[in-house]
Amino acid sequence: MVEKKKWLPRWFYQLASPRWCFQICGKLLPGFSVAALVLLLGGMVWALLFAPADYQQGNSFRIIYLHVPSAILAQSCYMLMAVAGAIGLIWKMKVADMVAKSCAPIGATMAVLALLTGAIWGKPTWGSWWVWDARLTSMLILLFLYLGVMALNSAIESESTAAQASAVLSLVGLVNIPIIKYSVEWWNTLHQPATFKLTERPAMPADMWVPLLVMVVGFYCFFAVTLMLRLRNEILRRERRSGWVRDLLLSK
Amino acid sequence: MSFNSFSEFLSMGGHGLYVWLSYALGLSVILLNLAAPLMERSRLIAQLKRRLQRENQSP
Repeated sequence: MVEKKKWLPRWFYQLASPRWCFQICGKLLPGFSVAALVLLLGGMVWALLFAPADYQQGNSFRIIYLHVPSAILAQSCYMLMAVAGAIGLIWKMKVADMVAKSCAPIGATMAVLALLTGAIWGKPTWGSWWVWDARLTSMLILLFLYLGVMALNSAIESESTAAQASAVLSLVGLVNIPIIKYSVEWWNTLHQPATFKLTERPAMPADMWVPLLVMVVGFYCFFAVTLMLRLRNEILRRERRSGWVRDLLLSK
Repeated sequence: MSFNSFSEFLSMGGHGLYVWLSYALGLSVILLNLAAPLMERSRLIAQLKRRLQRENQSP
C-alpha cells in the first residue's frame, strides 16, 4: 500500500482541533502579552518623547505612530478574516470559522482608531476633519464591511450558516483591500503615500521610522493577544458540551 | 529628547490637543480590546459552570 501523501503540514490538521487550538493559544498568550506590552509602551515613549518633530507638520506628526499601525492592522486583520473564512468554507473547519468571527470586532475597532486618528491628524494638517478622499472613503468602507460581518454573525442563529454567510461577505469585500492600498496612487488624493514599502527604503529618516516599526510590530503582538483571548472564549462557548470543556470547568 | 520642558511636552508645539486626543483614543481602544474578551471569559465560565451544576443536580 502506498500511503497517501499529505500535502499540508501536520500542524494545519492539529489546528483544526478546538482543544489543541485552545491549549496552544494558552501557551502562546503570556509571551505575546509581554512582547506587546514592552513594544507598545517603549514605542509610545519613543514616539512621544524622542522622535524628532516633522519640519512641516510639527508635533502633530506624532499621531502617525498610532494611525499607521492601526490602519495596517485593520487591513491585515481583514485579510486574515477572509482567509480564515475561506478555509472554513472549503474544509468545513470549525476553528477557522471561530477565528474569522473573532477577527471582526478587533478589526472594526482598529478601523475606527485609524479613521479617528486620521481625522484628528487631518484637522491641523489639511484644515479639515474629513474629506471624501479615495483613501478615507475606502477605509470607511472597510469599517462598514467589518460591521456587516459582525451583524451577520449576530443575526443568524445557526452558527454554521452565520459562518458561511460572513465568510462570503468578507471574501467579496476583499476587493476593497487593494483599493485601499493603491487609492493614493490611482486617484489624486490629499492623503500622503505609504510610509513603508517592501521594495524601497522609507522616505523619512531612521529616527522617525524605527519607532514606527516598533509600534507596528507591537500592534501585531497586541492583535495576537486579543485575537487569542477572543478565540479561546469562542472555543469554550461552542465546545461547551464536549468532555474536555466540562473537565476544564470542573477543575476551576 | 525633543522637548526642553514638561510644559513644552504637554503643548506639543500648539498641537497638544490633537496629539493627546489621539493617544487617549489609542490607549482606550487597546484597553477596550483587552477588557472585553477578559470580562466575556469570566462571564462565560460562570455561566457554563452554573449550567453544568444544574445538569449534575437533575439527571
